[in-house]
Amino acid sequence: MYRIIKKEILNPDVELMVVHAPYVARKCEPGQFIILRVDEDGERIPLTIADYDRKKETVTIIYQVVGYSTKKLSNKNEGDFINDFVGPLGQPAPIHKVKRVLGIGGGVGIAPLYPQMKKMKDLGVQVDVLLGGRTNKHIIMENMFEEFVDNIYYATNDGSKGIKGFVTDKLLELLENGEKYDLVVAIGPLVMMKAIVNITKENNIKTNVSLNPIMIDGTGMCGGCRVTVGGETKFACVDGPDFDGFLVDFDECMQRQSMYKEEEEHICRIGIGDGNNA
Amino acid sequence: MPNLSKVKTPIREQEPDIRNKNFEEVVLGYTEEEAIEEAGRCLQCKHKPCMNGCPVNVPIPEFINQVSKGNFEEAYKVITRENVLPAICGRVCPQENQCEGKCVRGKAGEPVAIGRLERFVADWHMNNIKNKKEDIESNNIKIAVVGAGPAGLTCAFELAKRGYKVTLFEALHTPGGVLSYGIPEFRLPKSLVRNEIKKIEDLGVELITNVIVGKSITIDELFEEGYMGVFVGSGAGLPKFMKIEGENLNGVYSANEFLTRVNLMKAYKKDSSTPVKVGKKVAVVGGGNVAMDAARTAKRLGAQEVYIVYRRSEEELPARVEEVHHAKEEGIIFKLLNNPVKINGKDGWVESMECIKMELGEPDSSGRRRPVAIKESNFKLDLDTVIMAIGQTPNPLIRQTTPGLKTENWGGIIVDEDTMKTTKDDVYAGGDVVTGAATVILAMGAGKKAAKAIDEHLKNN
Ligand SMILES: Cc1cc2nc3c(=O)[nH]c(=O)nc-3n(C[C@H](O)[C@H](O)[C@H](O)COP(=O)(O)OP(=O)(O)OC[C@H]3O[C@@H](n4cnc5c(N)ncnc54)[C@H](O)[C@@H]3O)c2cc1C
Ligand SMILES: Cc1cc2nc3c(=O)[nH]c(=O)nc-3n(C[C@H](O)[C@H](O)[C@H](O)COP(=O)(O)OP(=O)(O)OC[C@H]3O[C@@H](n4cnc5c(N)ncnc54)[C@H](O)[C@@H]3O)c2cc1C
Ligand code: SF4
Ligand code: SF4
Ligand code: FES
Ligand SMILES: [Mg+2]
Repeated sequence: MYRIIKKEILNPDVELMVVHAPYVARKCEPGQFIILRVDEDGERIPLTIADYDRKKETVTIIYQVVGYSTKKLSNKNEGDFINDFVGPLGQPAPIHKVKRVLGIGGGVGIAPLYPQMKKMKDLGVQVDVLLGGRTNKHIIMENMFEEFVDNIYYATNDGSKGIKGFVTDKLLELLENGEKYDLVVAIGPLVMMKAIVNITKENNIKTNVSLNPIMIDGTGMCGGCRVTVGGETKFACVDGPDFDGFLVDFDECMQRQSMYKEEEEHICRIGIGDGNNA
Repeated sequence: MPNLSKVKTPIREQEPDIRNKNFEEVVLGYTEEEAIEEAGRCLQCKHKPCMNGCPVNVPIPEFINQVSKGNFEEAYKVITRENVLPAICGRVCPQENQCEGKCVRGKAGEPVAIGRLERFVADWHMNNIKNKKEDIESNNIKIAVVGAGPAGLTCAFELAKRGYKVTLFEALHTPGGVLSYGIPEFRLPKSLVRNEIKKIEDLGVELITNVIVGKSITIDELFEEGYMGVFVGSGAGLPKFMKIEGENLNGVYSANEFLTRVNLMKAYKKDSSTPVKVGKKVAVVGGGNVAMDAARTAKRLGAQEVYIVYRRSEEELPARVEEVHHAKEEGIIFKLLNNPVKINGKDGWVESMECIKMELGEPDSSGRRRPVAIKESNFKLDLDTVIMAIGQTPNPLIRQTTPGLKTENWGGIIVDEDTMKTTKDDVYAGGDVVTGAATVILAMGAGKKAAKAIDEHLKNN
């Protein structure tokens, strides 16, 4: 059992938890993730490691409440326990020293962007970030980024923070203004990553993306997380989750992610008694 | 006067048409009377040929003798001197190739039903006797066992019995390995697996779930933490795919994923939070136990037509004879001598599978006749779901993070067959991670052999 040390509500849909998980905290690196089961009969859901503290043996997760299991997780509070919490899973993000990087985070994808950008800054990279969300309420962690980045830009659907529009609109504007980047790291919904790659490919800027296919074990045992990268099948849980965006078959990823849409809605409707956010 | 019947005492089973709609156990087991009657068929051969067929040396005539006298608890003690998981082995060992394959009664008629008797004894004990915690004097030597499948469980048990302080690390949230995530409830009830594992924990073995050795901690780090020996029993969990067109369509599963969703995550229960999709028409590709389990599971989840598509003929089916028999009774349709070439999709979902007919040619390196495609014999099966059950290889996590550990090209850990010692000092390995996908009893045999070698090595140093 894994104790919840701290819980914080970041916005109407997104919450943060600091969890005591010594085996994960000792070894994890940016880009890796964990799998948890909220309770005895729970499903296994993957969440990115947003931050960690090796001394306190804790791991931070930031999750968006979207369905049955994230709702159940959201019902837990400080001092409660999570039944299972395993990791670190996946490969660390491929972080090298480049001159200048642009990190683009959409929605809850902002969370996994944070440890990668922080580590790049530590390596002496110039770091700009572009954060996007539906409204200003949906942009998380901006204070944490503002502490270390060189430039920070925002895009919201309603213009309540930064430009009114998508992160791709802002990206195009930056490139038109002559900003030069050696690398883009894009983490967010598949449609967003696909749209970004369409732009960066044209401009020939190497782009890493983080894929989030449906997973069970996270150790290479089920093959459910397979994705096509460069024409080859990869298991995102062991070969990824970060891949070269130019090589990813995004349409297949989107198709596979929707495999259980009906069942998920059904399970969620059955509800969990005191489920709030419904 | 021994029981001279040429056939095994029949065993009660659920009716095929009823059981293919539920997840209750198929085989119901012997009553005390039936067990005594079947035990009477054993000739108590002096040279014990049956025992040569048992990788863990169960004293077969000795336990059967106790059964024939109605001394069931004595029989249990005899079996568990050598075999810590009798309720499991009695159910899933391929007895026809193991103990029963060597039984002299099999020369004229059916062999003694050793597996059924072993199962009976284990179940009788479970239902009638309360396990007592044994007190074993600890020698305070720490050993780490990686993976709580049959190999790891057996190795942990054997070492704990000898006084070692054993920590068993398991990657999943539940121990048991394939016994928990692969073999279905209707063949091996999970309550029984839990019960067998509890016996091992009662001996003082510390089980830590949710630790992936190679990720959460490396083998070198285990030694730094004071472990004096490591046994790797991490199995062969990585599923193979055919690398044919359409394999990433929605509706294509590896057998591992399909069975894990249903067994480990309990997707067969209506209120499970883990979903599974079955559809009306399902093809399972492969002919082993894994394929039979996937097919019978799909049927139970409501699929109307379930096919086994296998490229060789009935004779070469690697599954246990009993599983093939049960699958047929339950209405699984065998499409033998057929090989998939392509999966067709519509809107991203499986719609059909194109297969080609095969014929048997010259024998290959395995001695089995090689299947050869018959030109222009392609045909289409309309399907919603395809389940690939064509084999597994060892997961790379451990070999990638353990310098000095030599492996075969296909990923199997290389060991000395007498001691199960690997190329790295104080690291032993056994089970599917060494042999590739094999059997429960061979994995147990390897775990047992390694425990003995570890003990001898540490005692002499
Ligand atoms: C490597 C990885 C890292 C992730 N990191 C984060 C993160 O840091 N924060 C965050 O909010 N979300 C993250 N996700 C997504 C998160 O796992 C899903 O949102 C969660 O599983 C939804 O579960 P649910 O039961 O609440 O919702 P459901 O209603 O069951 O599902 C909603 C959607 O979530 C996805 N999903 C469902 N089950 C799974 C599953 N077992 N594995 C993966 N995706 C699934 C599907 O797209 C589904 O349509 C990550 C996913 C992956 C693969
Ligand atoms: C569906 C199916 C049906 C089968 N039916 C039969 C049958 O009827 N009869 C029969 O004899 N055999 C059968 N088999 C084969 C048999 O189950 C295996 O040969 C046997 O389980 C191998 O045992 P093992 O201990 O080597 O590995 P496994 O049972 O695979 O156990 C390995 C364990 O190690 C864990 N692990 C893996 N990597 C790590 C790591 N890095 N760190 C920590 N833990 C790790 C895994 O999660 C797993 O729990 C079947 C197999 C399957 C898949
Ligand atoms: S353990 Fe398996 S092989 Fe050995 S006697 Fe029992 S059923 Fe036969
Ligand atoms: S070979 Fe058969 S008959 Fe002979 S002792 Fe063994 S089980 Fe009994
Ligand atoms: S999640 Fe099962 S193989 Fe990746
Ligand atoms: Mg869910």
